[in-house]
Amino acid sequence: MRSFATARILLVGLGVIVLASFLPLWVTGYILGLLTLAYYFGVFAMAWDLLFGFAGEVNFGPTFLIGVGAYTAGILDNLYQPPIALCIAAGALAAVTAGVVLALPALRLHGPYFGLTTLVAVLILQNFVVVDAHLTGGEIGLTVPDVISISDAINYLIALWFMAVSGAILFWLSRSPVGLILQASGQDAVQAGALGFNVTKHKLAAFIISAFFSGLAGALLVFYLGSASVGTLVDITVSVQIIIAAVIGGRRTILGGVLGAVFLIAMSEALRPLGDLSNFVVFAMALVVVLLFPSGFFGLLTRTREQA
Amino acid sequence: MLFWQILIDGFAISSLYALGATGFALIFGVSGVLNLSHGALMVAAVVAAWAAGNDLHAGPYSGAALGVAVGFAASLVTYFLIVRPLQTTRKIREEEKEIFILTATLLWGIMIQELIAYLYTNNAKTVAPIVEGVVLLAGVRTPTNEIFTALVCWLVIGLLWLLVNRSRAGKAVLAASMNPRGVTLLGVELSQVYIAVWAIYGVLVGVAGVLLGMFLGVSSYSVGPLTASAFSIVVLGGLGSVSGALLAAYVVGYLETITAYLISPAYRTIPALLLLVAVMYVRPRGLLGRR
Repeated sequence: MRSFATARILLVGLGVIVLASFLPLWVTGYILGLLTLAYYFGVFAMAWDLLFGFAGEVNFGPTFLIGVGAYTAGILDNLYQPPIALCIAAGALAAVTAGVVLALPALRLHGPYFGLTTLVAVLILQNFVVVDAHLTGGEIGLTVPDVISISDAINYLIALWFMAVSGAILFWLSRSPVGLILQASGQDAVQAGALGFNVTKHKLAAFIISAFFSGLAGALLVFYLGSASVGTLVDITVSVQIIIAAVIGGRRTILGGVLGAVFLIAMSEALRPLGDLSNFVVFAMALVVVLLFPSGFFGLLTRTREQA
Repeated sequence: MLFWQILIDGFAISSLYALGATGFALIFGVSGVLNLSHGALMVAAVVAAWAAGNDLHAGPYSGAALGVAVGFAASLVTYFLIVRPLQTTRKIREEEKEIFILTATLLWGIMIQELIAYLYTNNAKTVAPIVEGVVLLAGVRTPTNEIFTALVCWLVIGLLWLLVNRSRAGKAVLAASMNPRGVTLLGVELSQVYIAVWAIYGVLVGVAGVLLGMFLGVSSYSVGPLTASAFSIVVLGGLGSVSGALLAAYVVGYLETITAYLISPAYRTIPALLLLVAVMYVRPRGLLGRR
């Protein structure tokens, strides 16, 4: 039954991705640009969900990993102009390294302590970006000389398929025995340990995988935007948006993060006529979802389908 | 000269941190809630006091009173609208409630921030101080307001200590923070205790906010940093320990002041953050934590 449901979700997902691949034929470049952003955000949210939803660790600082990946790729490109692929690989590698450095002390801690350590990591990174302005561009931001492509459609397709592949890997991982052990350690670490599973090793693995996808997406985003800045990649508000996307999309579903990210970006666009009040309305809607539908969009979708 | 200046400035800032963090520690100690809308509630109190002076032409005293009242009201709204529904719902599993309360209070804080930015812009707002002028203290020209801030902070903390240790309601609060189930067995309604704690918290947030508005001024951008600093002070001191939070407030306040004076204001927050990480690594329960 369970594998049947998994197969159906993957099939529906594949159908949606294939349909979405034809979108550049119909919609304007502006909408494609918005969706491109939403897809990268979706990857951030999915990577976050693996760590929180499954490993049960509240990571308040997803942007620490994203920021390290993005800035490494951007600075490398700025200084030496190697091929873009090399920069992106370096960014992902740096994010994984940063993930390990953060995870080693952080995994000794739990709950709010863990959350605070990740939050502090973001604040420290933010401070260093601002202080080392000659390297990072400081508060103004870093402009990179290269971009992947100037075509909206190509950028859109790269983001879409990158999201699809990351989503498939993360989803498969979450449904695999590793995901089950992670879930068990998140719910009762002592009991999972007593059953003979190495909780720390699995959590570290979750951290590394989450860091890898966050860093990769961050680096790709830099070469899509052509710039990196604290406000778009590192700031706490970005972290908050990622967390909100994952939570309203549905925790412990991985794929829900994409729904949440698309919802957030679509909503702030649809509510643009409200001006400065639009953010308030978006956050209020997210709060209503958290209070009334704790299982999120993905939970609502799968539940109605089961009932039907 | 510089030594005295750091000593005096650091003391005033630290006292303010202490008052802000005390309420945060109290809420966590009694009900296990980390209220991530803390900074937003403080800013709401400041903006109310500022708007009273600016739009309604109220005097500094009535402005400050309105600020405290708004902090009080906002705290109770947060409890009844956000925290209590999540605490009592059956849709969420017990062990997941903590993360839901964190997310919901975070969202609520951002909503307040956005609303303030919409109604009163992002500009920095400074509340007209109750006392003005400058006095010479150990050869340092010190604004009287700075001394006033430190005095009021300690007065309020002292009153809180009296309330918690001497009054019947306060003792129930203290007992609930030690053993919630034991308190219910003794016939104390736990929800009454929570309401009392959130009411006390509201007053603390209001006073701390208004003093902050008079001393440094705030903008809607201060919401995140204010929450983060209260959070780090409380964790540094040890979650649930009010005296730990007081100690940590002075450590952080002085570390920041020393860095700002001796190195550069740009590095102001970095040493405190690094210290926090170090303490987390060596002694995760914080300076005076019980667990």
